[in-house]
Amino acid sequence: MNGAYWGLTTLDLLGKLDALDSNEVIQWIMKCQHESGGFAGNIGHDPHLLYTLSAVQVLALFDKLNVLDADKVANYISGLQNEDGSFSGDEWGEVDSRFSYLAICCLSILHRLDKMNVEKAVNYIASCKNVDGGFGCTPGGESHAGQIFCCVGALAITGSLHHVDKDLLGWWLCERQVKSGGLNGRPEKLPDVCYSWWVLSSLIMIDRVHWINKDKLVKFILNCQDTENGGISDRPEDAVDVFHTYFGVAGLSLLEYPGLKAIDPAHALPVDVVNRIFFQK
Amino acid sequence: MDAEEQKLPLSQNPEWADVTPIPQDDGPNPVVPIAYKPEFIETMDYFRAVYKANEFSPRALQLTLQAILLNPGNYTVWHFRRLILDALGIDLNEELEFMSGISENNPKNYQIWHHRRWIAEKLGTDVASKELDFTKEMLFLDAKNYHAWSYRQWVLQTLGGWENELNYCHQLLEEDVFNNSAWNQRYFVVTGSPLLGGLEAMRESEVKYTVEAILRSPENESPWRYLRGLYKNDPKSWISDPQVSSVCLKVLSAKANHVFALSTLLDLLSHGFQANQEFKDAVDSLRPSNSDPPDSDLAKAICSILRHVDPMRVNYWTWRKNKLPLSV
Repeated sequence: MNGAYWGLTTLDLLGKLDALDSNEVIQWIMKCQHESGGFAGNIGHDPHLLYTLSAVQVLALFDKLNVLDADKVANYISGLQNEDGSFSGDEWGEVDSRFSYLAICCLSILHRLDKMNVEKAVNYIASCKNVDGGFGCTPGGESHAGQIFCCVGALAITGSLHHVDKDLLGWWLCERQVKSGGLNGRPEKLPDVCYSWWVLSSLIMIDRVHWINKDKLVKFILNCQDTENGGISDRPEDAVDVFHTYFGVAGLSLLEYPGLKAIDPAHALPVDVVNRIFFQK
Repeated sequence: MDAEEQKLPLSQNPEWADVTPIPQDDGPNPVVPIAYKPEFIETMDYFRAVYKANEFSPRALQLTLQAILLNPGNYTVWHFRRLILDALGIDLNEELEFMSGISENNPKNYQIWHHRRWIAEKLGTDVASKELDFTKEMLFLDAKNYHAWSYRQWVLQTLGGWENELNYCHQLLEEDVFNNSAWNQRYFVVTGSPLLGGLEAMRESEVKYTVEAILRSPENESPWRYLRGLYKNDPKSWISDPQVSSVCLKVLSAKANHVFALSTLLDLLSHGFQANQEFKDAVDSLRPSNSDPPDSDLAKAICSILRHVDPMRVNYWTWRKNKLPLSV
């Protein structure tokens, strides 16, 4: 299911979503829905927040959110909220600030944020903030660009960015750019194309994206391209995959690279799709 | 079941003769059909059958093991395994041993860590030191493994075992002073350990420790941020503590790797620190020879140097410069 989201969103950003038969995709997605309302990674598997958001995002890409019983999906998601405001990923799963983002983003797309306790959810995310301005998976967990995207995204969607120390976090995020122009996810780690998305989207949401060197980052992403067979890898000379292809293209979209649709940094969907959802445009 | 029988495909194994396997339903026109291996297909077909029948039996437990070895990311299989372990009252210490075996090959698998947490929670405080030793082994393979750190923090908070944790952080930082995970853990211990008395009680010794680490590698981002964190919610002490300003001065005077020393001094100045002539001279001596005429304002001079020595973030340092009050 995540693979479907990565692949299809990439196609949409490239303006090629019609390369696939949308009816077949939608039929398959709806077969992955569990009686609880959540979606599984494939038919017959068990539901999880990870796949539920991807399923809803793909339906949004095809403008087919109307095939969903939004209340049913929303009930599944709000049922995963814990007493302290955090979210579990599934009925027996662990707690992680990533799951707070998945829940908030998904309920936002479904216009059902009122189904959860937003205040408690926001307070839990704020408790994952560290002294370097970043966020971890749980209170006390090390700051990590992927977790930062989830926390900043959730706070942006719920109008709670006042919990972010934008200048401090912005500096931590722009420190992630290394000599090659690529971005890493934590200090002293190797750069990876996927952080083009996690770091850039966070910087955009807090209005600090001009603090990094955009030209060098564009060059780094383009250097990770397989120029013969297509696709993008984690770093130059490595094998390509759909995960890094999505993050590379989405990163280039955030950098306003010509020929790509704009992507919304919080909902991780093309801006025209987000406009359709929230403004019926 | 003897070894001979175990090797037989399930469909030919008499022990499984009573079970009708349930094939995967991909729908009539699968969009993304996956080319599974025959062994995987058979195992999962039998798994679906025992799962559907809620069969909590030794053979079903064995089957979940087979399924897990084929795909350790299938959280449904793990969940079912926990139900069987519960139902059969299996000794969870054995399960913990089994887990250690498969963790080394799957150090970043969410389900494996989650399963381990479930077992340890049931076994309680008796396994605290065992679990801390286990994460130590995993961190020996990769000292920045996010899952291992997350689990270790959970063990400390839930099962205890704080006694040697600060020492462990020290050991890791001796091995690699650039390990940001170890610095983060150090902060977690200093602020969270019930044995140490909290941040303020630990501040003096921690500042000393951090200053030494900075002087060994002034280009290391982590201890600089850690130093700032030691004065959380107490900017007054941060500005007035001579240990903070003097480590900046020492690094500036050494004239190498001084980006974080400059940025820390800039932060101090922005919060009201009054720098004496020594600081001004040290900053002035770092001014690139080809740069503009010297700024009379120290904070502005620092921003100009940072723009020069850290060109990747030139826009950030320009912003810092523009944000400064007109004359300090």
